[in-house]
Amino acid sequence: MFELYIFYFFAAMMLLSATMVITVRNPVHAALFLVLAFFSSATVWLLLQAEFLAIILILVYVGAVMVLFLFVVMMLDINLARIREGFARFLPIGIVVAVLMAVAMVMALKTVYLDAAHLDVFAAPAADYSNTRELGMVLYTEYLYPFEISGAILLVAIIAAISLTLRNGKPNKTQNPEEQVRVKSKDRVRIVKGMDTEQKTS
Amino acid sequence: MQKIGQYFQSLLLWELLKGLQLTGKYLFKRKITVQYPEEKTPMSPRFRGLHALRRYPNGEERCIACKLCEAVCPAVAITIDSEQRSDGTRRTTRYDIDLTKCIFCGFCEESCPVDSIVETHVFEYHGEKKGDLLMTKQRLLENGDKYEQQIAAARASDAMYR
Amino acid sequence: MLNTLLNTVFEWIQTNILMQIIGVVVPVAFQNEALLIASTIVKIIAIIAPLMIIVAYTTYAERKIIGYIQCRIGPNRVGFFGFPLVGLGQPIADAVKLMFKEIIIPTGANKPLFIIAPILSFAPALAAWAVIPFDDVMVLADINAALIYILALTSLAVYGIIIAGWASNSKYAFLGAIRSAAQIISYEIAMGFALVCVLVAAGSLNLGDIVEAQSGSVLTWFWIPLFPVFVIYFISGVAETNRAPFDVAEGESEIVAGFHVEYGGMAFSIFFMAEYANMVLISALASIMFLGGWLSPLQGVPVIGEPSLGWLLLKSSFFLFLFLWLRATFPRYRYDQIMRLGWKVFLPITIVWIVIVSAMVVMRIPPWFN
Repeated sequence: MFELYIFYFFAAMMLLSATMVITVRNPVHAALFLVLAFFSSATVWLLLQAEFLAIILILVYVGAVMVLFLFVVMMLDINLARIREGFARFLPIGIVVAVLMAVAMVMALKTVYLDAAHLDVFAAPAADYSNTRELGMVLYTEYLYPFEISGAILLVAIIAAISLTLRNGKPNKTQNPEEQVRVKSKDRVRIVKGMDTEQKTS
Repeated sequence: MQKIGQYFQSLLLWELLKGLQLTGKYLFKRKITVQYPEEKTPMSPRFRGLHALRRYPNGEERCIACKLCEAVCPAVAITIDSEQRSDGTRRTTRYDIDLTKCIFCGFCEESCPVDSIVETHVFEYHGEKKGDLLMTKQRLLENGDKYEQQIAAARASDAMYR
Repeated sequence: MLNTLLNTVFEWIQTNILMQIIGVVVPVAFQNEALLIASTIVKIIAIIAPLMIIVAYTTYAERKIIGYIQCRIGPNRVGFFGFPLVGLGQPIADAVKLMFKEIIIPTGANKPLFIIAPILSFAPALAAWAVIPFDDVMVLADINAALIYILALTSLAVYGIIIAGWASNSKYAFLGAIRSAAQIISYEIAMGFALVCVLVAAGSLNLGDIVEAQSGSVLTWFWIPLFPVFVIYFISGVAETNRAPFDVAEGESEIVAGFHVEYGGMAFSIFFMAEYANMVLISALASIMFLGGWLSPLQGVPVIGEPSLGWLLLKSSFFLFLFLWLRATFPRYRYDQIMRLGWKVFLPITIVWIVIVSAMVVMRIPPWFN
């Protein structure tokens, strides 16, 4: 009963902030509303007792992805008028995409796993039930190949991103902190005895 | 070989530990803080603090309104007006030092031919309202009367170097 | 003993105050939930109030210790009732001063974000204390995913800084925010891998279980098998809290005060408290994960061998002292050196050590993983 109120509160907050993401004019505000949407959905997951997934959602999306997002969005000086221009032109395509997504979601939700007969999956778990352990069990047994393949794809993406930033052709002057850190005082400073220099100059 | 040694040294944070050891030693060193209002550092007789106008022992003010100090003052903090007194000597009618302009360089003191304008050892003064830091002739003379002993002692102890 | 005392006090509050008030105010249908919420709030206050005092006196300790290292004596005037008491009243006087100062909102600043930013930086630092076990039973929320909860919350602290920097509409503040964002994300990764090592070693994400897994004596604590990770975790913690020598986000000699240049009064002091609360948090976490938390170093010996809250406090204060000591010793890192340290030194070492620890766990190396 009490949980139901909490659920409705956070579900409403999630929908509201998700709407704000696409309606609000300032891109930084939009990114922050997206953070709020992630938080609310994490809370909804917590209510489903999926604490591991909820916290991972916050850790990955809010803690890392959105920070980089904000980082980029803050640097941009977006001209709002020009964004508005294309609105009417792209509207039909947008509607088509939205309808497709809605159909996909309905189809996903209509699968056999979510009808009344299968809902006992969500019955109250045992006291020593560990969400994390269950997830690990499934990931590393049943879904091992998809899991490893997605890992490999991510690795490739990382390498690709790094290689994109390497510009070997262009001559550029950069400092190499590694070399600089390794420098010792005796590499740079030569102590000359005071008397000797005086004699030389005189 | 040396390179490997260097890698190990940096991985074991050797230099950082040496730095920590040094600061750690200083944690227990004797503290040299001077607790100001109760303890004070020694002051040179040449210390340049609040200004004062001195008098001769007979009570006559020393200043003869030569305006050398006004001329030498790099901050233009001194303003002097003068007129002839009934006994024929020239005296100031106005002698203002704006302490908010003054840079305490001591040029006024050096330029004075009669040792009239001097800087005392007083540095703990303050102003609470506008005009408190504009020293008029009267206030300067009061300072001179008040600190005459100190001023004279400082000048006496520094006389052999002048 | 302390534990039972706290328990009796808590139960007295619950039966004599909370139940009475809730019985009158709240409708019957919600009384159980209301009691749960109210008693949780009492527990939260019981954690936060001492924490705030510790935070306040950490600032005092910082000024004293750094003063001593620099041959000064630090604050020693403000006391209570006319007695100087080596300056123990200083943090309170500072707090009162900051409270009465005006909060100035710059023109062109984004007002709602400008005000919310300090709160966003302080809240995660406090929220993380929910899962910190003070004792084998004293913990607010004994959740299974405590370790990643901590990681998630420490990663949130960067929002306060970024938003503060952007909302101030000031170049220096923005520079500080950008520096801090990149720095915190970089060190988060090394920190995350360090925590993975702990997780592998303990076989649990629950902080209480992690401490229990270390029981034995000083030699069975995780700081020996995980030594490089332990060092990396603490250094990343220093970087994560934007403390010297990693305080480029503030960098008073280059970008004035970084992300909080435009803040004054209480808004500034909340940033300040967030920094110190994070320091205390990192210290407590380091002692829980690597130094056996509330376990005694002389386990098995009567009286002093008892596990207690005192040991946790002692270990945490050691790390807090280390924070201050580091600040007094090292000059600020240059920015590209910070990035190099995070990505090219810490990250490879932690990844290698995950493999080593996993091997040790699989081979059941005696004192730790049998």
